[in-house]
Amino acid sequence: MQSIRDIRRRIRSVSSTQQITKAMEMVAAAKLRRAQGRLAQARPYAEKAEEILKNLAGAAAEAAHPLLEVRPVKKSLLVAIASDRGLAGSYNANVIRRAEVFLRDYNPDNCGLVIVGKKAFDFYKKRKWPVRKVFADFGGNLHLAKAKTLATELMRAYENKEVDQIVLLYTRFLSTSTYRVHLAPFLPLVPEKKEEVSGDYIFEPSPAEIFEQLVPRFCLTRVVLALAESFASEHGSRMISMGAATRNAGEMIDHLTLVRNKARQAGITKEILEVVGGAEALQ
Amino acid sequence: MYQLSIVTPDRVFYEGEVVSLVAPGTAGYLGVLTGHAPLLTPLAVGKLTFRDASGKTFLAALSGGFLEVSKKGAIVLADSIEFPDEIDRARAEKAAEKARQRLAKKEGIDIPRAAASLARAENRLAVVEEAMRSASAAA
Repeated sequence: MQSIRDIRRRIRSVSSTQQITKAMEMVAAAKLRRAQGRLAQARPYAEKAEEILKNLAGAAAEAAHPLLEVRPVKKSLLVAIASDRGLAGSYNANVIRRAEVFLRDYNPDNCGLVIVGKKAFDFYKKRKWPVRKVFADFGGNLHLAKAKTLATELMRAYENKEVDQIVLLYTRFLSTSTYRVHLAPFLPLVPEKKEEVSGDYIFEPSPAEIFEQLVPRFCLTRVVLALAESFASEHGSRMISMGAATRNAGEMIDHLTLVRNKARQAGITKEILEVVGGAEALQ
Repeated sequence: MYQLSIVTPDRVFYEGEVVSLVAPGTAGYLGVLTGHAPLLTPLAVGKLTFRDASGKTFLAALSGGFLEVSKKGAIVLADSIEFPDEIDRARAEKAAEKARQRLAKKEGIDIPRAAASLARAENRLAVVEEAMRSASAAA
């Protein structure tokens, strides 16, 4: 049996770990609340932009835009969004696993990567896939200027015909405890056409010109939304896993306390027996 | 009265019933009253003003975007938009100065970008000025 001292030391170490996981849970909860707020704020713009684009696509059938041009796919680009930090349960592992499944159909010559999140980069920096660009400074915090840099980079790559297809890999935030890894085609943009076109729209100056201006903005919102969803999922996942860790540590402490008490009692019993035995020997 | 929502990629700026809206279209300022025909237009950098049901007038600095008017109401998709009290004056002044310097050099760097940056900064400053003027007139 372990000595009482060893057990006490373990209890102390487990309870300090518990304090850390508890603190991390609380931090994640605060960050989650903020990320959720961001997500709620970002959604209306995306929804409205999509609505307008649909209206427009119906009216401006002839509209051509470099970002809408569908080309035969020779080169692909996968944008994988994961987190910068670990200890978020299986969050990063899930994203990476899905990325690996996607990449199975491609080879390093016809598919590149753009990575958001240090953890995903740690995984891919030593692998055969060419990494075009890494964004590892979001820190789970949606920053509009940085999101813009990412979106611009992607749009430029497509417009310059460096790639013929861009796919976004992110996690959709469903609730604090659930998220779903989601793979969405990003470019070329395929606007859904509305069935009935409200034909009496006034387009100022012209549908084509509006299209020209709307498409890049729409692409930006897609990126912003994907980031917002991913970050909310990340914090949610971290909060849940840290909560579980805190609970596990509690259980472990309970168990160890029990063992410690048993050991202490056994020690006392032994001592009494020795005293009694010694006294009896004297008689 | 109609429903106006002003949204930017990272926040909902305003949501509510308004009586009128004046927005900086790319071809000049345009006003939207109740019952306006469906319209879709890009917006330029400029002043956005609207009046709510109680007659209160709002002024904001808009840095480009879109305006859609439909039967359901009006939507402004703004690239960025601020009320005068949200504008960091010192920062706008600095940005304007920087853009002017870049334009003065005239070579290398992206002239349209510098010009756009200057327009945004000057617009923000103009909006702050106007808000201050109307505040002192009211007092």
